[in-house]
Amino acid sequence: MSKKMQITLTVNGETQELLAEPRELLIYVLRERLNITGPHVGCETSHCGACTVTMDGKSVKSCTVFAAQANGAEITTIEGIGSPDSLHVLQNAFREHHGLQCGFCTPGMITRATKLLEDNPNPTEEDVRFGMAGNLCRCTGYQNIVKSVLAAATELSAAKEAAE
Amino acid sequence: MSDILALAPRFGSNSGQSLTRRDGVAKVTGTATFAADNHPDGLLYAVYVPATIARGTVTHLDVAAAKAHPGVVEVITPENRPPLAGDPDSKPFMFAFRFEALQNNTVRYANQPIALVLAETFEAATEGARLLNPLYDAQQPRMGLDGDAPFTPESGGLGLPGTTVHGDIDAGHAASAQDIDVTYETPEQYHNAMETHAVVAQWNGDHVTLDIPSQAIVMQRGAFGYYFGIPPENVTIRSPYLGGGFGSKAIINGPQILAILAARMTGRPVKLMLSRDQMFGPSGHRGATRQRLRIGIDTDHRMTVLDHNSLATTSTFDTFVESAANASQGLYAAGALRSAHQGVRIDAGTPGPVRAPGEAPGSAALECAMDEMAYKAGIDPLEFRLKNYAETEPGTGKPYSSKALRDCYAQGAARFGWAGRPLAPRQMTDENGMLVGWGMGTALFAAPMFAAQARAVLRPDGTGLVETAASDMGQGAWTALAQIAADSLGLPMDRIEFRSGTSDLPDAGIAGGSAHTATAGGALHAAGTDAIRRLAELATGDPDSPLYGAGNAGVIARDGRLHARDDDTRSESFADIITRAGGAEVEGKGSASRTAEASAAHAMYSHGAVFAEVKVDPDLFQIRVTRLVGAFAAGRIINPKLTESQLMGGMIWGISFALHEEARFDQRTGRIMNADLAGYHIPVNADVSGLEVITVHEDDPHVNPLGIKGVGEIGITGTVGAIGNAIWHATGTRVRHFPIRIPDLLTGA
Amino acid sequence: MNLFDYLRPASVSDAIAAWQPGAAYLGGGTNLVDLMKTGALQPGKVIDIARLPGLDRIESLPDGGTRIGALVKNSVLAGDPDFAAAFPMIAEALASGASGQLRNAATLGGNLMQRTRCVYFQDPHSACNRRESGNGCGALGGDTQNHAVLGWNDACIATNPSDLCVPLAALDAVVETQGPNGRRDIAFADFHRLPGDTPERETALEPGELILAVRLSSNAAASYQNSRYLKLRERTSFAFALVSAAAALQLKDGRITEARLAIGGVAAKPWRVPAAEALMLGQPPDTDLFRRAAAVALEDATPSGNNGYKIDLARRIAARSLALAAAGTPTRMPALPASVFGESAHV
Repeated sequence: MSKKMQITLTVNGETQELLAEPRELLIYVLRERLNITGPHVGCETSHCGACTVTMDGKSVKSCTVFAAQANGAEITTIEGIGSPDSLHVLQNAFREHHGLQCGFCTPGMITRATKLLEDNPNPTEEDVRFGMAGNLCRCTGYQNIVKSVLAAATELSAAKEAAE
Repeated sequence: MSDILALAPRFGSNSGQSLTRRDGVAKVTGTATFAADNHPDGLLYAVYVPATIARGTVTHLDVAAAKAHPGVVEVITPENRPPLAGDPDSKPFMFAFRFEALQNNTVRYANQPIALVLAETFEAATEGARLLNPLYDAQQPRMGLDGDAPFTPESGGLGLPGTTVHGDIDAGHAASAQDIDVTYETPEQYHNAMETHAVVAQWNGDHVTLDIPSQAIVMQRGAFGYYFGIPPENVTIRSPYLGGGFGSKAIINGPQILAILAARMTGRPVKLMLSRDQMFGPSGHRGATRQRLRIGIDTDHRMTVLDHNSLATTSTFDTFVESAANASQGLYAAGALRSAHQGVRIDAGTPGPVRAPGEAPGSAALECAMDEMAYKAGIDPLEFRLKNYAETEPGTGKPYSSKALRDCYAQGAARFGWAGRPLAPRQMTDENGMLVGWGMGTALFAAPMFAAQARAVLRPDGTGLVETAASDMGQGAWTALAQIAADSLGLPMDRIEFRSGTSDLPDAGIAGGSAHTATAGGALHAAGTDAIRRLAELATGDPDSPLYGAGNAGVIARDGRLHARDDDTRSESFADIITRAGGAEVEGKGSASRTAEASAAHAMYSHGAVFAEVKVDPDLFQIRVTRLVGAFAAGRIINPKLTESQLMGGMIWGISFALHEEARFDQRTGRIMNADLAGYHIPVNADVSGLEVITVHEDDPHVNPLGIKGVGEIGITGTVGAIGNAIWHATGTRVRHFPIRIPDLLTGA
Repeated sequence: MNLFDYLRPASVSDAIAAWQPGAAYLGGGTNLVDLMKTGALQPGKVIDIARLPGLDRIESLPDGGTRIGALVKNSVLAGDPDFAAAFPMIAEALASGASGQLRNAATLGGNLMQRTRCVYFQDPHSACNRRESGNGCGALGGDTQNHAVLGWNDACIATNPSDLCVPLAALDAVVETQGPNGRRDIAFADFHRLPGDTPERETALEPGELILAVRLSSNAAASYQNSRYLKLRERTSFAFALVSAAAALQLKDGRITEARLAIGGVAAKPWRVPAAEALMLGQPPDTDLFRRAAAVALEDATPSGNNGYKIDLARRIAARSLALAAAGTPTRMPALPASVFGESAHV
């Protein structure tokens, strides 16, 4: 009955093998087993978005994914997006434009925003507001979050144009 | 000339600048450490079992089933709970609320802790908690504003607002040419900081280290010491970052105490993280209110009376009555003024301070009532407020320490385009046929101060160290306080080390009341000034210094040097002064609080004016706030970027209050049926648009030496009323409760 | 959460073979996992079907119809340009549901199997006949603002929360299934069940039966120029509908030749009334006509509690969705899908 399973995850480019009970949720495996604490638990019911990670190229809420479901998947968390020494354009934009207050929702916001801009590199304000609707900020810094995402989009587009 | 300008040479280099947040990099990279991110070796997970009745007793817990679950280590119930030194039902100090720590089998509200399960994994602890499968002897809960007979709370102290009367209320009513008598209701609301309450507790002998989000670090150190029978210095609190607080993290709750107790009992570190639904219970909330407002005006539209009566829910075992009616003190120049409060005891957890406690629901009702009165009188709502503009504090006659509210009205109205607004409702539509309405409200929030201490050190290398145990809940203490501290030492930001967020530092007071920057910043300023004074003594008393003989008052600190005030060419670096004096660090200490004399001399408030545009579908009544302009005057602005962010955040809380937030109790069981973020709505990004903040310049020489008022809470006030008024203006339907929802407008259609 | 066995079968037949009473199929998990967290559902075995081969395709059928595999993600379906062009109101319904992250995880089949959002169902400490037959209904007399006004009885007053199912019902989708007894087609109208005497049986699926695909006919696509899904909710995005409506019209020479109308948020299944649709046939599109049709559609409605407002609101949104459909499908997905504010939200 409910044997532990051997699970393999690629998290931020590193292969992680562990034994997990099927009921273990991805967010707790990341936080409590692998000590990857950038993604946070804000609601555990997939409503707040603080636990957002990228799984096989798509934003998902890791509080609603069993680690067993993620077996074999590639996971990117905020830690894999950039580091203090080498900020991603979005991270820098959030810092620069104060797209954060308490910072608890921020890793999920930025992780979500990376995918939003991949899917839609030139979003309108409405696109950002709607696309980020699954990430709650209680403080609430929505205005500067939108400003940050739009600024990053502009910068990324300009960089892309320059490269072409 | 104000005192602030006299201090000018020490300011301007950092304060007043829109510096980027110093905690920004940590927060955007996920490296900022929140309490639950800590993971000491040998950790046990604690999960508390919430009561699923609101009133009665627990008759059975299946401890055997829980313990049989693999990984479960211990189950703590009232049967085996180790003793606490301090009684959870005592109220030994200010900000102490009675709480449940398994002192008995009684259930006083739904979601109260009735047991704690410890396990090797979070999953096992969670399942162990479920397997306890409690049985109860349940009684019918008392619910709602009519759940019990109202009582009048004693006056004075936190949550005990009492009654304030100025002038002759009866005469004010009698003198009115026109009047209104309206009643507004607001629901129970829960803080719901994104970070739920968490604690990681580790004992080492009789010393405990707590990673815990705290809005009152040093005060809570003493409180934990009291409950565990150890001196405060045996408690170390680490609270570098809070994932939001909004009042709830200033108060100790039962689950946290139980987790700390469990760590002592098991000899292992324990982590407890409340689940989202558990945030709807033991950690405070805003009580529901029913507010009756009677306003009378004379033929010249001047208010003869403002009579504000509020009934609010509190718990059966402690008292915190939302001070809603006090929102009517201090704002409008009514001939007679009364704010009266009553409470009603229901089987819910004890309310506590929630962002803009009292002011938020009070302002909502007051500003809507003002709108109703203005419409009845046939004048523009802004004109009505200007007509009743208070030049001195109503009732007391005290002068305001500063009050740029007229400028707020003028600048806000201009930016919004208020002029030309039709008085009557349902006059405007947009190109898509949506009903358009404009409303406004005045924002007001007191500018209190608590007490804080700080320490500043100048080092031989010319750098500075400043310390105070402040809390950064997101408002930006790491940045704004460091700006103040750097200026107080005459150093650039990159040459000071700012330590904060732990309990081994000087007490920064409570991060509440929108007073943290003023209070902790005041202490930092005083400490830095003290250090500079000592440094100046070293320099001006030393014949080898170019500043010799200049006298303390004759030098100023700037960019790491002391300069002679009357001769800028005479100067010496901090490092040189200290080195020549033997190389010992120069230490300054400072404190800040407000004297009774200062409080008596002036009325002190932040002010603002909020203008709202809403659009409402004329047939389906979907509501959107399409524009929101807030103009605020709040004394000296230390960091405009942070300030703007705080004000916008408050205004979005206003949207939330007006349209979304409401805990829905099942009246039969006393349980909250929307205790999650699916059912308890707060705005999402798509609910916000066209939001603008204007900060109106204000010099305040009286409020405190730095001239700082607060900005964390005022944004909610004014906004709720402005939106309610705009909805009325769009639709013609006056909804007298919050949140205003589609069915409310449908009923009015 | 209870301990359970987890398996990831390699094929549909393996999945069905693995099924036993007390087992649950797991697709995107966006609903099941949350219900397992509260203990409302406690399957002893979880059969992860999310990677079963062959069920994640959107195909054109020889007869002009469209077949959508049960494991196609909501975001993929809504974002498929050909599909969105043929079935704009389905795309709009999908895009208006939940949040981006959830649409990435949620599957078509899972959406059809979505459980009610009745809080008394979700809460294992409340009585619920749906969770457990004969347990009683905790919702009756409780907090009922979101509950049913049609098709309910004292055993159950819950509603179906799906956005997607409303246009699928309007378009007479067909659900393809495979179970222990083989494959079959289920008409959408028969797929979700009203509570009746067996509220615990929410769908027509037999134990262990698995959804393979949903089919839409070429006729369902014929109204692509005149269709609309509209949803009223308590905030601008990321909220379940209070009420919603999917309307699709075919027009010829200024007259309605086919009318489809389904209403969401009012019953345990999307609500369709043939008489309401028939009333519009042969008529020129007209606000008053749409109001009359909407009135017929809600004729049998009665409040199940504090939700009488839904009757009036459902009539209004039905009439509006018909009017918007008549005015023509938007040329692109509105910035705020299914909202009355649509494009104008942030101007």
